[in-house]
Amino acid sequence: MKKKKRLTSTAKYRLTKSKIFFFAVCTLSAITMVPLFLILWELVKKGYKQFNLNLFTEVAPTSMEAMLARISDSPIPGGILNGITGTLLILAIAIIIAIPVGIMVGVYLAENPKKRMAGFVRSLSDLLQGIPSIVIGVVVYIWIVIPMSGYSALAGSIALAIMMLPMIIRSTEESIKMLPTSLKEAGLALGGSYTTVVLRVLLPSAFSGLFTGSLLAISRVMGETAPLLVTALGASTVNWDATNPTSAISLLIWEFYNDPNLANLVWSSSLLLLLFVLGINLFAKSIAKKWKIQ
Amino acid sequence: MENTVNLNEQYILELKDVSVSYTPGKNAVNMVNANIRENTVTAIMGPSGCGKSTLLRAINRMHELYPEIETTGEILLKGKNIFDMNPMKVRRLAGMVFQRPNPFPTMSIYDNVIAGYKLNNIKLSKTERDEVVESSLRSVALWDEVKDSMNKKGTFLSGGQQQRLCIARALALKPELLLMDEPTSALDPISTNRVEELIFELKKEYTIVIVTHNMSQAARLSDNSMFMYLGELVEYGTTKQMFTKPKDKRTEDYLTGVFS
Repeated sequence: MKKKKRLTSTAKYRLTKSKIFFFAVCTLSAITMVPLFLILWELVKKGYKQFNLNLFTEVAPTSMEAMLARISDSPIPGGILNGITGTLLILAIAIIIAIPVGIMVGVYLAENPKKRMAGFVRSLSDLLQGIPSIVIGVVVYIWIVIPMSGYSALAGSIALAIMMLPMIIRSTEESIKMLPTSLKEAGLALGGSYTTVVLRVLLPSAFSGLFTGSLLAISRVMGETAPLLVTALGASTVNWDATNPTSAISLLIWEFYNDPNLANLVWSSSLLLLLFVLGINLFAKSIAKKWKIQ
Repeated sequence: MENTVNLNEQYILELKDVSVSYTPGKNAVNMVNANIRENTVTAIMGPSGCGKSTLLRAINRMHELYPEIETTGEILLKGKNIFDMNPMKVRRLAGMVFQRPNPFPTMSIYDNVIAGYKLNNIKLSKTERDEVVESSLRSVALWDEVKDSMNKKGTFLSGGQQQRLCIARALALKPELLLMDEPTSALDPISTNRVEELIFELKKEYTIVIVTHNMSQAARLSDNSMFMYLGELVEYGTTKQMFTKPKDKRTEDYLTGVFS
C-alpha cells in the first residue's frame, strides 16, 4: 500500500514562496524585453514606407525637395547615403585610433595588476566612461576643430575614439586575465620573449573577448549624436575626406527632426541605425560563443 | 684547469647553494647543492609545499616572471652559470613540461609543436619544419595518432595526448635538459603509463629532472632521487639506495608513509 506523503505546513509555505518568486522573476524578465519590441514596432510602423533602396543610394533631400514632395503628396525623395558613408568613415578612423591604444592599455593593466600606475590608469578609464559625451565633444572641438580651423570627420572620430577607449580597455583586461597563467608560462618556457608571448600567445587566445569588446564599443558609439554635432557637424553630400565636415546617420536624424518638412524621414533612418546597432550586437554575441576557447 | 673542464662536462647541471624566497627572509628552497649527470632521470620527491616545484622552476629562471621571488646561489648548465646567460636562451636549453597539459589553444597541433621556433623568431624552411614536427611527434609516440589531423587544434586531443604534445613542443627545440613538473598528476592511469614509458625512452637522449609526489613513480622511473622537506634537500642519491637504505630518518619516515 502506498502511503501518500503529507507535506508539513513549513514545506507548503516554502514551496509557495518558491513558486511566487519564480513567477516574479519570469514576469520581470519578460517586462525588460517589452521596451525593445515596442521601440522596434514603433520604428517599423512609422518608417517602413520610407525604408527602401533609395535610403542607401541617395543623399539626404533638402528641405525644399521634401516640401515639394509633400505638397504633391508623393513620398519624400532621397535617402541617407551621406549619413551612412559618414558614419562608416568616422567609425573607421575611430576604430583605427581606439583599438590599438585600448588593447595595449588593457594588456598593461592585465599584466601589471598591482602596480600603482595601473590602478591609476584603471580608475581614470572608469571615470572616462562616465564623462558625458557632449563634454568630450566640446573638448575635442577646442583640441581639434579650432586648431584645424574647421569641422571634420577626424575630429568626430577622435571624440568617438575617446568614448570607445574605456570599454576596449576593460574588455581586453578582463579577457586576458581570464587566461590561465600556465599559457603565458608555457610560452616563456619555450624561450619566447615577453613581447612575442603577449603578441603570439596571449592576444590570439583572448581574441574572442577582444573582438566582442571592440564590437560592443563600436555599437555603443555608433548612435552618438551630441559629440558629432560639435565636431563632424554634418554635410549634405557624400564625403570621404577626413578633414572635411561629414554627416552621420545620427546627425541626419537630428536634422530631420528639426525640419518639419523632413520629419517623416526620422523613422526610416532611426530604424536603419537601430538595425545596424542590433546587428553588430548579435554578431558580437555569436562570435563570443563561437570562438570561445575552452 | 683540465680537471675543472672535465668536471663540468661530467655534470650537465650543478646547483650550488640555491635558495629561493617568495617573501624576504623566508626561504622556500634553502641552500640546495646537487649535481646531475647527463642522460639520467632525477626525481624530486617530497610532501606538498616542500619546495620541489620551486626548485625546478629556478632551473629555467621561471621565477623571474614574478618580481617578488628572489633566487640566490649558482646554477650551472653545462658549466655555464644560467644567471649570466640570456633567460630566453636558458629556457630554450631547459625545456619545461607543466603539471596540466597546456597546448596553445589557438594553434593547430602542427603549430603547437613548432611554437618554440615561432616564439623565438627562428625561421625554418617548410621541409625543416615538417622534419622537426615529425621527429618531435615520433619521439613522444604521437605521430601515428595525429598525422592525419595536424590542422586540428591542440586542445582537440585527449588529456594524455595533450601532455605528450606539450612534451613534443619542448623537445622540438632540442633542449639539453627536460624539466617536468608533476607531468602525470592531471592524467588518468593509462595516459600516465604512456607518459612514463615515454620518459624511459627519452632518457637515452635527454637529461630529465622530474618533480613527483608519487613515490612509486619515482621508484619506477628515476636513476637518482632527491628528497626535499621544508625547503631543504634532505637526501640525494641513487633511487635504489634511497628506497632500500635511506640515510636520513626523515626520508625513511616519508617513504614508509609516516607522513606525506
